[in-house]
Amino acid sequence: MDLEPIAGPGELLEVSMGPHHPSTHGVFRMDVRLDGERVVRLKPVFGYLHRNHEKIAEKGAYLAAIPYTDRLDYLCSMTNNWGYVLAVEKLAGIQVPERAEYIRVIVAELTRFQNHAGLVGFLLQDMGASGTPLMYAFREREKVLDLFESLSGARMMCNYMRFGGVRVDCSAEWLDEVRQLVGVLPRFLDEFENLLRANEILMARTQGTGVLPRELAINAGVTGPMLRASGVNYDIRKVDKYGIYDRFKFGVPLGEHGDVYDRYMMRILEMRESVKILEQALRDIPAGPVIDPKVRLRGLRPKVGEAYGRIESPKGELGFFLISDGSGNPYRYRVRPPCMINLTILEDMCLGENIADTVIILGSVDIVLGEVDR
Amino acid sequence: MTPLPSPEEIKTLIEAGVPGATVTVIANGSPSAQHSLLLDHEHARAVAEFLRDHAELKLDFCSLVTGVDWPDTETTAKVKGKKLVAGPDGVEQEQEVEETRKTKVPGYLEAVYHLFSMGKKHGPVVLRLRTANRTDGTHLPSLTPVWRSAEFQEREAFDLYGIVFDGHPDLRRILMWDGFVDYPMRKDYVPPEDDILVTGVKA
Repeated sequence: MDLEPIAGPGELLEVSMGPHHPSTHGVFRMDVRLDGERVVRLKPVFGYLHRNHEKIAEKGAYLAAIPYTDRLDYLCSMTNNWGYVLAVEKLAGIQVPERAEYIRVIVAELTRFQNHAGLVGFLLQDMGASGTPLMYAFREREKVLDLFESLSGARMMCNYMRFGGVRVDCSAEWLDEVRQLVGVLPRFLDEFENLLRANEILMARTQGTGVLPRELAINAGVTGPMLRASGVNYDIRKVDKYGIYDRFKFGVPLGEHGDVYDRYMMRILEMRESVKILEQALRDIPAGPVIDPKVRLRGLRPKVGEAYGRIESPKGELGFFLISDGSGNPYRYRVRPPCMINLTILEDMCLGENIADTVIILGSVDIVLGEVDR
Repeated sequence: MTPLPSPEEIKTLIEAGVPGATVTVIANGSPSAQHSLLLDHEHARAVAEFLRDHAELKLDFCSLVTGVDWPDTETTAKVKGKKLVAGPDGVEQEQEVEETRKTKVPGYLEAVYHLFSMGKKHGPVVLRLRTANRTDGTHLPSLTPVWRSAEFQEREAFDLYGIVFDGHPDLRRILMWDGFVDYPMRKDYVPPEDDILVTGVKA
C-alpha cells in the first residue's frame, strides 16, 4: 500500500484502517483520507479472503457446490443453501414437497433471527458497549445453533438443503424444541429492546449518522434491511413470493431517515416479524416427504439454458445465476453477493462524518467477508 | 407485481425509443424461460438509460452483472460432397463422399446484466453485451454511469475476465491484487504451480 507522508498542519492525513482491525468485521481495509477528523475520501479494499468460489463450483457437479455455499456468508449457511438450490430448481424445473418448503421457511427465519441478533450485538460493540449486548445476543444465537446442530449435524456449516427438498426430515421432538424457543423469543426481544431503546449514547451516535438517501440506495442496488431503512418497500419474500412466503402474514418494517439508527431498528423489527412467520409455519407444517425421490441429486444434467434465482437473505438479495451447457457441472456459476454490493456506497455514507463514525457506519452495513471476497 | 412485457415487446419498445439500436432476443431453453436481449455497443448506454427511465418498465435496479467466457470453439461437421473417384476400371466417376470439415468459431467475452424494478416490482430483464473477441477486442461500454450497483461488479468482471469497461469511473482489480497479470475465471486459465507440497521450494 502507498501511504502518503505524514501531513503537516492543515494538510490531509491518510489512514489505512485494516486489514486487521477490531472494527472491520473481518479481513477488510479502508483507505481513509482525513481532514482533521472528517472523512474526505474512503476506498474500501478487499479480496483478502478471495478463493475464487465461483471457479471451484464450476469445476464440480451441481450437488458439490452446496457445501461451498455454506462458506459464503458463514453466519447464514441455511439461507445460502436455499438461494443456490432455488436457482438449480429454476434451471432444471424441479418441484419441492410441501413439508420441505415449511422446513426451509423455519430454518431460514431462525437464520435471519440469529443473524440480526448477532449484528445488533456487534454494532453496539462498535459503539463501545463492550460485551453485554453482544453476549445477550450470542446467548440466543447459541440456542438457534443448537437446533441447527441437532437437525443437520453442524452448527454453522449446515449443508442441509438439496434441490428438490431438504436432506433429512425433522422429528416431532425437534419441532417441539423450536416451538419452545420461538415461545420465549419475544421475551428476549423485549429485554433486548429495553436495554437499549432509550439509551442516550446509542441515539446520539446513530441518529443522523451515515445517511443513505432513497434514490442513491435504489440506484446502487442496495438491498435488504439497508434498503428498507431508507424507506424503499422491497422485500423479495413479498415481491417474488418464493417458496411458500405468500401463505404467511408478516409486515415489512420501513425506515424514514436511512441513518444508522434506522438500520439498527430494522434489524430489531425484522426479528419480531420473523417470530410471527415462525409461529405460523410451526402451526401449519404438514406431514409428508421432504424430498422428491425422482430428483437426480448426483447425476443432475439440466438442459442447456440459464436461470437466475434469488432470495431475501438476512443481508439482502442473495442470488445465484447459473448457465448450463447440458453437462454435469455448471458452465457458469455466479453469486450475487449482497454484502459486496451494499459496500458500493460506503464512501458516500461516510463522507463528511467523523472517523469514529465510519466504524459504526460499516457495522450497520452488516458485512461478512466470506461473501464479499468469495 | 405488474406483469412485465415479453422480450419481443421490450425489443420493439427499445427500437422505437432509441433510434438505431439493434436488439436481438436470445432464447433460453431452460424451464426458467428468462430470455435475454443482446445489445450493440454503440447504443448500449442509451438503451440502459431508456430502460431505467421508461414509465412502464422503470428498471431502476440493476441487480447482477456477470462476466461469462465463451472460448474459441472448433466444430466438426460431416459434409456430404461429390468428388471424382477413379473406379475399378480406371475411369473416373463422380461419387458421393462424406468428409469431416472443421470450422473455427471465434469466442467472445460476455457481460450479463439482470435488471429489476423496485417501483413496479417486476423483473428480471436480462441484457447481454459481447466483446469482439477474447484477445485484443475486449472492450465494452460501462453501464456504471446508469446504475451505480454495477461499479464493483464491473470491476470484478474486469479483474477475473479481463473485460475492459469504457467509461467506468474507477476500473481497477478488486479481488485479486494489483500486480496480478492473468484473468483467473477464464476457461483456459492455467493456475501457477506454486503449491509448496509439489514444488518443494518456497514460492
